[in-house]
Amino acid sequence: MSLINFNKTVIKNLFSKPATRKYPFEPKVYPERTRGHVVNDMDVCILCGLCSIKCPTRAITVDKAAKTWNIRPMSCIQCRCCVDNCPKKCLSMDTQYTEPGSEKVTKSFPQSEKAIAAQEALMKAAKERAAAAAAAKATAGGAAPAANAAAPAANAAPAAPATEKKED
Amino acid sequence: MSTRSVIPFGPQHPVLPEPIHLDLVLEDEKVVQAIPSIGFIHRGLEKLVDKKDFHEMVYVAERICGICSLGHGLGYCDAVEHIMDLEVPDRAKYLRTMLSELSRMHSHMLWLGLLADAFGFESLYMECWRIREEILDMFEIATGGRVIFSIMKIGGLRRDIPDDMLRDFRSRLDSIEEGLNIVAKPFIDDPAVKNRLVGVGILTPEKADLLGTAGPFLRASGIARDIRSTGYCAYGDIEFEPITSTGCDSYARTEVRIKEIYQAIDIMRQCIDKMPAGAVEVPVKPNQLPNGEYMTRIEQPRGEALYYVKANGTKFLDRMRVRTPTFANIPALVDCLAGCDFADVPILVLTIDPCISCTER
Repeated sequence: MSLINFNKTVIKNLFSKPATRKYPFEPKVYPERTRGHVVNDMDVCILCGLCSIKCPTRAITVDKAAKTWNIRPMSCIQCRCCVDNCPKKCLSMDTQYTEPGSEKVTKSFPQSEKAIAAQEALMKAAKERAAAAAAAKATAGGAAPAANAAAPAANAAPAAPATEKKED
Repeated sequence: MSTRSVIPFGPQHPVLPEPIHLDLVLEDEKVVQAIPSIGFIHRGLEKLVDKKDFHEMVYVAERICGICSLGHGLGYCDAVEHIMDLEVPDRAKYLRTMLSELSRMHSHMLWLGLLADAFGFESLYMECWRIREEILDMFEIATGGRVIFSIMKIGGLRRDIPDDMLRDFRSRLDSIEEGLNIVAKPFIDDPAVKNRLVGVGILTPEKADLLGTAGPFLRASGIARDIRSTGYCAYGDIEFEPITSTGCDSYARTEVRIKEIYQAIDIMRQCIDKMPAGAVEVPVKPNQLPNGEYMTRIEQPRGEALYYVKANGTKFLDRMRVRTPTFANIPALVDCLAGCDFADVPILVLTIDPCISCTER
């Protein structure tokens, strides 16, 4: 008798909406957490190289001399490791999957002018602070309040030099 | 006097989801002996411990198999956590339990679909996979992946599943249960289905025990052996009984798996209700390295899986070994095949829920 039960389902399916989508015309809406592919905001990236160290498949490489961030999409396993370890939070996962391809390419992204300028300014400020601190230490007198004022800013700055050291 | 003939079955065969090869020795239409051979998709994943450090091995472990990927990640992490004496937070334990059960549901739904396809009930097959799709959607919402979840990490979980998402899951479970009620009926009551399953491939409890069978294949022979009863993850706090059947045949195996899906829904609900608050991971310092060895067992959808990890105090492990349930079930399968009809071979191979990728790694 259960065959009749299942017939009910079959008849219901005949008159109900299909369970599938009309794919190319109706694109899938991905949930927020879908790991499609990695995108890097080159305006923020400081090329610290932490993502390339943490990448389990070594798909990411960072060329500091050429100031580029490179990824081999065919090697990337979309594990989200780089995104979790990015100190500047410039890496993120896009929900769209990458297009299929026939060639193993390396995608290269140059660091933007804005990011280079920002990083240079940061380095310059850090150097100035260091020089000021050294000068203050030498005189060891009236410069003490100035060194205190610089302290909170100094906390934010070491991100770049510290990670660069790790690269070695 | 009948003549003997040998028919090669697989590795590529329409009914086989994965490559296993069987040499079937036939006498007329009866199988006298089956000689299995595996090794078609060996990838050497265990050897990768030389190249990937113990954190990265989680991703390798997940990729042992597409269907049991969550369990493999869990088993490997569990073993390494024991070596490193890491106490996983309660919330992570509950979430791991919940995800394991979700994985069990998806695996059993897949299997039910394949079984329906094997005996030629195509609309039932599609109905099963429609429900499985809802489960995969839940995985995608929670972890961001449909097959490879990348949510396990040594020390807990990589991402928390927030409470409002859990509430959403609870309501989704209701709709899955509703769909399951419709799908389960033909498997249990349909005379045509029963004709193909009842009395096919009898495995007596003694044989099942002797041949070291695992999982639903074992429990369908009336032996209540379930590794979840040992209380790993949060299973110690969850109320459940191992599901058994005394039928010892293919029908009993189907029945056990259907009941296990209902049980998985129940365990998931219990997990969501009891979900403790707090962190989902303990931080692992870069200088904290495993040293020692450990062997852990977990209950995969297909049965007991064993993970052995040996570490030497460096980033790279000495050895990682996985013994998968399908490997344990092949001897019993060969025993079942002897004496069955040739036409029942596909169904019998399916009833152990073969996962050859797991077996060969």
